[in-house]
Amino acid sequence: MTDTGHTGRQETAAPTDLPLAIELRGISKSFGSVQANKDISIKVAKGSIHGIIGENGAGKSTLMSILYGFYKADAGEIYIAGRLTPIPDSQSAIRAGIGMVFQHFKLVQNFTVLENVILGAEGGAMLRKAMAKARETLAALARDYELDVDPDAVVEDLSVGHQQRVEILKALYRQADILILDEPTGVLTPAEADQLFRILNGLRDQGKTVILITHKLREIMEITDTVSVMRRGQMTATVKTRDTSPEELAELMVGRKVLLAVEKQAAAPGAMVLEVENLRVRDEAGVERLKGISLTIRAGEILGIAGVAGNGQSELLEALAGIARGTGTVRLNGVEIALTASADGQSRRARGIAHVPEDRQHLGLIMDFTAWENVAFGYHHAPEYQHGLILMNNDAIRADTVSKMERYDVRPPIPTLAAKSFSGGNQQKIVVAREMDRNPDLLLVGQPTRGVDIGAIEFIHKQIVALRDTGKAVLLVSVELDEIMSLSDRIAVMFDGQIMGERDPATTNERELGLLMAGVAE
Amino acid sequence: MTAMPKWADAVLVPLISLLIAFVISGLVIFAIGEDPIAAMKLMVSGALGSTYGWGYTLYYATNFIFTGLAVSIAFQAGLFNIGGEGQASIGGLGVALCCLYIPWPHWSLALMGAVVAAAVFGAAWAAIPAYLQAKRGSHIVITTIMFNFIASAVLVYVLVNVLRPTGSMDSSSARFDEVMHLPSLHDVLALVGIPFNNRNPANISLVIALVACVGVWILMWRTRLGYQLRAFGKSEKASVYAGINPVRITMYAMLLSGGLAGMMAVNTVMGEGQRLILNSVEGAGFIGIAVALMGRSHPVGVLLAAILFGFLYQGGAELALWTKIPRELIVVIQALVILFTGALDDMVRRPVERVFVMLQKGKT
Repeated sequence: MTDTGHTGRQETAAPTDLPLAIELRGISKSFGSVQANKDISIKVAKGSIHGIIGENGAGKSTLMSILYGFYKADAGEIYIAGRLTPIPDSQSAIRAGIGMVFQHFKLVQNFTVLENVILGAEGGAMLRKAMAKARETLAALARDYELDVDPDAVVEDLSVGHQQRVEILKALYRQADILILDEPTGVLTPAEADQLFRILNGLRDQGKTVILITHKLREIMEITDTVSVMRRGQMTATVKTRDTSPEELAELMVGRKVLLAVEKQAAAPGAMVLEVENLRVRDEAGVERLKGISLTIRAGEILGIAGVAGNGQSELLEALAGIARGTGTVRLNGVEIALTASADGQSRRARGIAHVPEDRQHLGLIMDFTAWENVAFGYHHAPEYQHGLILMNNDAIRADTVSKMERYDVRPPIPTLAAKSFSGGNQQKIVVAREMDRNPDLLLVGQPTRGVDIGAIEFIHKQIVALRDTGKAVLLVSVELDEIMSLSDRIAVMFDGQIMGERDPATTNERELGLLMAGVAE
Repeated sequence: MTAMPKWADAVLVPLISLLIAFVISGLVIFAIGEDPIAAMKLMVSGALGSTYGWGYTLYYATNFIFTGLAVSIAFQAGLFNIGGEGQASIGGLGVALCCLYIPWPHWSLALMGAVVAAAVFGAAWAAIPAYLQAKRGSHIVITTIMFNFIASAVLVYVLVNVLRPTGSMDSSSARFDEVMHLPSLHDVLALVGIPFNNRNPANISLVIALVACVGVWILMWRTRLGYQLRAFGKSEKASVYAGINPVRITMYAMLLSGGLAGMMAVNTVMGEGQRLILNSVEGAGFIGIAVALMGRSHPVGVLLAAILFGFLYQGGAELALWTKIPRELIVVIQALVILFTGALDDMVRRPVERVFVMLQKGKT
């Protein structure tokens, strides 16, 4: 680990003559022995957009939960518009004019927009009055802020971007002056994100204060006025956005210089490794989630699958990895793979398919198992891990784990530590080590760097490129467009269970991909 | 939250829970006008004060080891087997059939046969709910409970209509042949020169129970099957990712669990009763749940918890015999122990965890 703390700089970005919307003084919060927030102070000027950036686990969400009354700070004070305001619960936060838009929306799916907006603010036993008032208010808000949503639409019929608008409307309906958005663009297409930013700019121009929590440097640079960087529970810097650069922010986040771009040579595609024809998958409810996917990957090639989450990428990975059943034809090195068996991971692994799953905490790892037990996970039939017919050779697995931890830089390198005790990045390195170390012919990778700190991202990207360079095929699924564009040799865009088109990363751009991601074909 | 060392989790927390349970039991005894200290003394001396008392304590403990291990294995695989009671009674049927209809030349062979029969019958009884869970998604808690009632009805039918000797008014099977009389714990310990009372039901089944503890430990922490069972118990989703077949693992876990529950019948039917009677399980199947909870589903914990509950059973019987404390109060004491060591475990764990966190902070 690099040294911490000394690179930080404390500046007061908000000039004192501007009225402050929020001021936090010396906020600290610990969970057991973990200090999530340590002596954090921020000033946010009224009518500004303030970004809070930091890696996963840096303490951003904890800080905002304190501000919204979900957690009680161990120490520190909250000032709203200059007045000391204790916030013991979310009701007080709402009364203080704070509105929160969560990463995972808190909407009743089968209610209309109007019903969702008044939920919890009905103001009486009968709904008629509140509904009428809300309808009026929504019309006014739509006019003022470009927040058009049909008040009578049922929420589950709305696109994700519109559902997010309903969340914003809910906050504004409760007269929020300060709007906190937690990772708002994670589920949006680039175009939807642009619309969101226009709305936020509009809100600022009307005098509202916006706090944007994100781990995406690009968004910070694009929309915020000031930005605070958090690292390991501490505020390392607060700077004016126009005075800083992505490189500087990345360094402040990680505590050392970071290579943001991926270095790789041009691909040298070889023999055909994976051929998928007309792959179809239905989910448990019988809904078709993959509607006839066809794709190919050659040796020494990374095929990136771009798309907004939930458009069939997970099902594609699961069908290829033997987790979900499917129909169609899949050939690996020219030999057909049966798609009808369930829980078929063993035979897939035997055929040379490795899989770094999208959800390492629920799929790739058993969090309560030790690191060495997780290293054998999925490979528990491997001959070198056996001791006779039924016993496992635990010593051999532990020795192998020590070696893998060293080569894949897993920290701390303790094989007997439970998986849940490692950081997100190191958990992912355990999965990557397990799956890549066997030199598979085809590597399936889903969201390889989700919830992974920047340092580990660099490492994992390098490993993926290195595997490609040894002549292996890689299928990369990610919702991070930057990741897809920098790693892939070819990009296929998925929308609604279909592939909308394939592009060359050298000649395409985000706009073009964004249109495909939204289902707009050429 | 890994501030708490393993020993505290495994030993300290259950001990504190136990202490609270005993203190509240004492208050209840005090409230009905009896002397809690004297009652405790009587329980201890009755259950542990003589080898006679120990014999009964260990006899009960043997039952609880089997049912406790049965619940533990299923629990490690994420399945809540409430059907130990039914599996043990059907296991008893297996033992009875094996002893009544096969002319064994020697008790040792009969014992092996009975162990196999008990395990096969118990496993078969668990197999049906297991299959329904694995293939049809019928919840195993519901089905195993219902199978307890079915088992009880089956046993009544078989005892009254099939196994009851003609002319007998008693709803029990005929006595087993004298050859099949198992050596008592007195006989076993005499071999190594330890004197032990011979008027108690403890028998060689205890040795089998201890072997079963070792066997379960090896199974869970040394074999590939155990690894898969534990993985499946922690996360079914992840197990499917790893290529572990949920149907197969559910079946294996429940067959092993039912087999162990069934083996309890070797102790009661063959070791003690020498014939099959109605309700020979006497709630041991349910006590097994408490034993497994308290023993953290680990064989060593199960062994210790089984002895504790054996002590409660025997000590409670002594209490009912020699004092005016009603029999029902014994059930209350047992219930308090189950409540505090099982259900209210977190109530004790959290503060203990906090103490350890504070101690750690003090050090650094």
